[in-house]
Amino acid sequence: MIAEYGHMALIVALCLSIAQAIVPMAGSFAGYRTWMRLGHSLAIGQLVFVAISFACLTAAFVQDDFSLQYVANNSNTLLPTQFKISAVWGAHEGSLLLWALILAVWSAAVALFSNHLPLVLSSRVLSILGAISVGFGLFILLTSNPFARILPFSPTEGGDLNPLLQDFGLIVHPPMLYMGYVGFSVAFAFAVAALIGGQFDSAWARWARPWINSAWVFLTIGITLGSWWAYYELGWGGWWFWDPVENASLMPWLVGTALVHSISVTEKRGAFRSWTLLLAILAFSLSLLGTFLVRSGVLTSVHAFANDPERGIFILAFLGLVVGSSLLLFALRGPVVQQHRAAADAVSYSGLSREMMLLLNNVLLVSAMAMILIGTLYPLIADVLDLGKISVGPPYFNFFFVPMTLGLMVAMGFAVFSRWKKTDAQLLRQKGMVPFLISLSAALILPLFLADSISWASYSITAVITLGASFWVLTMSLEDLWQKLDRGSSKASSKLKNIGKLPGSYWGMQCAHIGIAVCALGVGLSSVYDVQKDVRMVPGDRVAVAGYEFSFDSLDYVQGPNFGASRGQISAYKNERLVAVLYPEKRKYEARNQVMTEAALDAGLTRDLYVSLGEPLKGDAWAIRLHVKPFVRCIWLGGLMIGLGGLLSVMDKRYRRRKPSTQSSSQSSSQSSAQLKAQADATVAAAQ
Amino acid sequence: MHPLRKQRLQLVILLVASAALVIGLVIYMLRENGNFFYTPAQIISGEAPQNTFLRAGGMVVDASVLRSEDSLWVQFKITDGVEMLTIEHTGILPDLFAEGEAAIASGKVDENLVLQATQILAKHDEKYTPPEVADAMNEAYKQKEAAKTGSYK
Repeated sequence: MIAEYGHMALIVALCLSIAQAIVPMAGSFAGYRTWMRLGHSLAIGQLVFVAISFACLTAAFVQDDFSLQYVANNSNTLLPTQFKISAVWGAHEGSLLLWALILAVWSAAVALFSNHLPLVLSSRVLSILGAISVGFGLFILLTSNPFARILPFSPTEGGDLNPLLQDFGLIVHPPMLYMGYVGFSVAFAFAVAALIGGQFDSAWARWARPWINSAWVFLTIGITLGSWWAYYELGWGGWWFWDPVENASLMPWLVGTALVHSISVTEKRGAFRSWTLLLAILAFSLSLLGTFLVRSGVLTSVHAFANDPERGIFILAFLGLVVGSSLLLFALRGPVVQQHRAAADAVSYSGLSREMMLLLNNVLLVSAMAMILIGTLYPLIADVLDLGKISVGPPYFNFFFVPMTLGLMVAMGFAVFSRWKKTDAQLLRQKGMVPFLISLSAALILPLFLADSISWASYSITAVITLGASFWVLTMSLEDLWQKLDRGSSKASSKLKNIGKLPGSYWGMQCAHIGIAVCALGVGLSSVYDVQKDVRMVPGDRVAVAGYEFSFDSLDYVQGPNFGASRGQISAYKNERLVAVLYPEKRKYEARNQVMTEAALDAGLTRDLYVSLGEPLKGDAWAIRLHVKPFVRCIWLGGLMIGLGGLLSVMDKRYRRRKPSTQSSSQSSSQSSAQLKAQADATVAAAQ
Repeated sequence: MHPLRKQRLQLVILLVASAALVIGLVIYMLRENGNFFYTPAQIISGEAPQNTFLRAGGMVVDASVLRSEDSLWVQFKITDGVEMLTIEHTGILPDLFAEGEAAIASGKVDENLVLQATQILAKHDEKYTPPEVADAMNEAYKQKEAAKTGSYK
């Protein structure tokens, strides 16, 4: 019966979301405050029912109810309980239910934390979120119902979860990623509501900004976790494959990053208004495109389990409807937003200003996204047009993405020091001199020590560029921080006092920018100094790889809960000292008769040792892959720092104010005049 | 010309030129790095270019996998039901590689029409066949049927 309750709860949630889509919007036009307020209660009601539905599906998994098609396909009595729970979102139907649940969570959050917004705005935002949940509710109920039964002949044993997904990574990665994807629906709803109302000013930007930043934080962490999971679980030590599914998550992230920056200009200076709206629409459209690519089965990759054209067409139609109608609205109402801007007459900035730096940031990020979009969709388009079956490889993506990232990093160093409206070129030159010299010498000298031997042959230009760019961002950021703390007097005690005075958004920016430097360091150095050897070994063999000696001690057979495994014991030595003992496994999962490589690794900040069992050869011999990966941890450390930076910015005191403030909220003297200006814009715009 | 218009014209020319450059670069890079998929029949008949990076896929022929005694060199054959293509590779084969199952190899075809593969891909789980391989097998099957009916006439 539990499944039927879940199904009914889902139908009730759909009905509530239909009401949520229509009533508050109608109320906002007719001016009925009760109708508008209804959106808040409907959003919370919808969350309750989607949560009930989700709980029912989880219960069906935990109780091994194999009469449900979805449970039978993706679970097994032997599956450990934590994986039974995470198997709920392990395949198509359940992951869509997770999508719907997270959308309901965001809607309810907007309903709860929007008391300080004008009712017209918050009711319209909720109404648009309701319309999106109608789309997804219909999609689940019509094409991908997780509660469908196999009756009367239901199986007694399930087909088990795909072994690749039986991992801690699957428990945390999809919910985080979806929180990010779906979080952009709030940004989208704010943008569409602004277009409908024609009110789009600095106050709007201040309201929307925490929502956009939080979605971006989740997406950042989700992508980082995904990359980390691929690294240790896919078994071959890669951390990014330019796989279409990865691209599908990177594209909204790039646009989201552009949006996070452009909305700061809109908030502080009242500029980039239409552009910010367009980015908000684009970020959510790309999230939907990602869902379409992953869930329609048009791609062939690990994540695309489904292959059902009906589903693809539904999402494609939904995507077309959302993108088409929002862009149409943008075309019709965009000029109104522009008029406000002309009335406010705020924005003029010179060629060398913070605005210009952020514009450069946006241009680079959006171009990078466009390149990835072309590379991802080109094989699909070529296939449709019958140009042959093509796959676009990593060289294409690296060719465009790497220089753009380096350009971003160079600009990032300057941007920290640049001022609103106009920056003195002399000042930049002066501030940049010391960091430039430090970065240059670090870039030229450090590669000598990072390579195995000091010789021209092992001196890597890629390492020089990576180190140069990373140190540049790092030193420029630290110099700016030092000067901010230095303000007033140079005594140590006053510096400490100044630490508390700097706003959260400033710390957030610093943390995220340094995170980029750390991540780039990891990407560059691990790809240059990575040493990989595929070798044939029998127990007792020793092989040297990049200063380490790996000894294949023994091979055992071990029995897991739902698999059997050959487990090797490999000891790693450095200078005859034992560093680590690694136990890589080759598992065979019984239910699916599927073989899985379970790599073993010894993690460290400066290097990972990574060992995986390839395949058994003749006799006792095994094909074994041995990896030494310097600085690979920095990639995910940097990713987490970027996410933490976003979090610090969300927690900035400025956004916790309950009422839409008209007084100036000055954080640092350099920004206060700009903010006063922005406030003035807001007042002028509101008065009209 | 009015100075403001002149400035705008320069801006437009700059934009058009850089857009053209970028588009040209994208098309070039897509051509360079787009790997075409070929069936064993297309490669054996010489339709596929030699010494160009490409992908080929089919079913691994039973009892065709040969391994070296002392290295990771391996040789096997794949088929689309029409022709057999020999593939050579040095390295570790993926978990789901098996005789009688689908596999995709990427690499270059040498003058002996042997694919020297740098990477071997197998399906992701036991139910899944790569669509390229499924299409190629279907196509080959249809041609075979057509050839059969033709020969009866």
